[in-house]
Amino acid sequence: MVKGVAITGMGIISSIGNSVEENYNALLQNQTGITTVENIATAHADVIKVGEIKKTNQELAEELQLAKDNNFSRTAMLGTIAAKQAVKNAGISSINEYRTGLISATSVGGMDMTERYYHEYFDNPEVVKYIGSHNAGDNTDKIASELGLKGMVTTISTACSSAANAIMLGARLIKSGKLDRVIVGGTDALSKFTINGFKTLMILSDSYNSPFDNNRNGLNLGEAAAYLVLESEELVRKENKKVLARVSGYANANDAFHQTASSENGEGAFLAMKKAFKIAQLQPEQIDYINVHGTATPNNDLSEGRAIARLFGESKVPDFSSTKPFTGHTLAAAAAIEAVYSVLAIQNNVVFPNLNFKTPMEEFNLIPQTDLKHATIEHVLSNSFGFGGNCSTLIFSKSE
Amino acid sequence: MKKTYINGLGCISAQKTFDTVFLEEAELNVTDTILPLKAPVYKDFIPPAAIRRMAKGVKNGIVASTLALREAGLETVDAIITGTGMGCIEDSEKFLKTILDNDEQFLTPTSFIQSTHNTVGGQIALGLQCKAYNLTYVNGAVSFESALFDAKMMIEEEEASGILVGGIDETADYTMSLFRLAGFIKKENQGPYSVLESTTKGVVLGEGAVFFVLENEKKENTIAEILDVEIINKLEIAEVESSIISFLASKGLDIAAIDAVLLGYSGDVDSDLYFNNLSKNTFANIPQGYYKHLSGEYDTASAFGLWVGTKIIQTQNVPDIVKLNALDKQSYKTILLYNQRNGIDHSFTLISGC
Repeated sequence: MVKGVAITGMGIISSIGNSVEENYNALLQNQTGITTVENIATAHADVIKVGEIKKTNQELAEELQLAKDNNFSRTAMLGTIAAKQAVKNAGISSINEYRTGLISATSVGGMDMTERYYHEYFDNPEVVKYIGSHNAGDNTDKIASELGLKGMVTTISTACSSAANAIMLGARLIKSGKLDRVIVGGTDALSKFTINGFKTLMILSDSYNSPFDNNRNGLNLGEAAAYLVLESEELVRKENKKVLARVSGYANANDAFHQTASSENGEGAFLAMKKAFKIAQLQPEQIDYINVHGTATPNNDLSEGRAIARLFGESKVPDFSSTKPFTGHTLAAAAAIEAVYSVLAIQNNVVFPNLNFKTPMEEFNLIPQTDLKHATIEHVLSNSFGFGGNCSTLIFSKSE
Repeated sequence: MKKTYINGLGCISAQKTFDTVFLEEAELNVTDTILPLKAPVYKDFIPPAAIRRMAKGVKNGIVASTLALREAGLETVDAIITGTGMGCIEDSEKFLKTILDNDEQFLTPTSFIQSTHNTVGGQIALGLQCKAYNLTYVNGAVSFESALFDAKMMIEEEEASGILVGGIDETADYTMSLFRLAGFIKKENQGPYSVLESTTKGVVLGEGAVFFVLENEKKENTIAEILDVEIINKLEIAEVESSIISFLASKGLDIAAIDAVLLGYSGDVDSDLYFNNLSKNTFANIPQGYYKHLSGEYDTASAFGLWVGTKIIQTQNVPDIVKLNALDKQSYKTILLYNQRNGIDHSFTLISGC
């Protein structure tokens, strides 16, 4: 196996907690964050459940000590909170001291403000400031500015696989020596736009999402942000950094099947996993836990399950679970959230449970891990797939 | 380390940039505040039934990428990397408007499906049946350069030998009205609008789809080589010159080694302050060009800029309409592009003839 890229810090805010510790405790105690929506006025409030962070925009702004006339979207605020935690956790005090980058992911950007003020803009000069915060890049620029980071900054948007690609790009930037350290992850706030988008696609559950269950009936949307700090070997040695885990494998492939649906045999997912193993120089049997994409839509779980069965052999699939029953599907942030959970699994030698599972799927014999399990975890594989056929796989490994 | 060559171009812009040589039919529009692109004949490239369903940016992206592949003589590639500031905003607008106007009822998924930023990359992959690496960057003025940077890195890592890289953005009515309200677009009826010597805030906005085929091999149809791309989030005006000097030095070059520089003048009086010192001092003895008066300003206008730079190398000619000063060179080998917006999202791109 290759020596992966060092992860030296993490930060997260999700519906199950405002810090890495809170998230870990919720995962240990089966505390889900799926509730009725409170912060968004939507006509669907009674029929959907969401993984919502129970803080108002004002509370988030106060926490960040933003000026009154700030024009942060909720996406940017969540991102800033998580990114700041990650930087602090990595013990970084002077952010531009080394060549440091920020690669963020988002699908909606500042849509939460756009939809709130869309028809009000022409009548209320006070909200015009939010027109500029719609742009996805503006959200990342704001996070960079709050971190005081001046170097390479970019944003990736490949729908629900976005943050996996941000982590992948970050790992490549470190490996190629183009950067000394990089903050990678993603952020997405809940919005009417995505709630209604997924609703019209008829893939929103009216209950609690149950990945890999035969009777699964769709996903719960969520909001969250999470970031990892990746650092070069040289910097880790020089600063005597504690390495939490390593990014050892990564890959991106396209299903090239349909704009929103996954192919029946999960070709894109299969290709992404296969390639990630090649990069990591690992064999499927070395994986101890798969944090599946597992959105609980009929289409995803079938397609992903088939790809996993194909790659690992149906009888040799390691422990797997989807953590989306805890957080909901947090879209562009999902892979970053699940990267934090993958690192926690490695650090604490645990497999998190796949909540709400009752009935095995009839198409194959794949049963997710439904209880918290303690086991030696050396390598975790994490999948993320998105509209546009985007399929990405990351592999995380224990550090030496 | 493998080198990165530009082996094919496809450009859909506000100018006639297909079926022409190099801007010989360019028209300077100084009266409008939004420059719509010149639409190609879509049915020559896309089945008519599909055209109707496709977003504007998707159609233009497919045509531009097809043109680039044709020029490179490639059927497919092993990576598709796009950049877009705003994505398919016509569809985002349409979906959002229906949500708000119909109180979240009676929605159809089509415009939601098309609204994600990666629609163009996904649709190109679908059309080519290309299962390879596929990524979309969305970071304002460096959206396209992020894609270019990634592509070059992939070739260096030997993960890909042929890559489609493109920058796509589209205009949409309501978003444009919001941009005008926020002052991003110049006020109407105050023309003529000049990108140079502008004294007002805001820009003339444009749209376009520009694709490049990059390969790790020099071929008969190779037009230029991409020497390097650098992205910097934030610089003070006083830091730009030294950043450019160290960027060039990392390639063993200095200012005098540059045969032409293309600056991202946009017509916004404040944003353009970043270019003035370079134009008047740093590059005073170097042929200079600009291009946003032809394309309009938009997040991926710099992809049009790279098309202009590549064409200069290919034709060994700087069209008068692009010239920022009166200087000429015997030959144009090495060209530097510098772009930024309002002091954020700076990019340096260095290309060379080969």
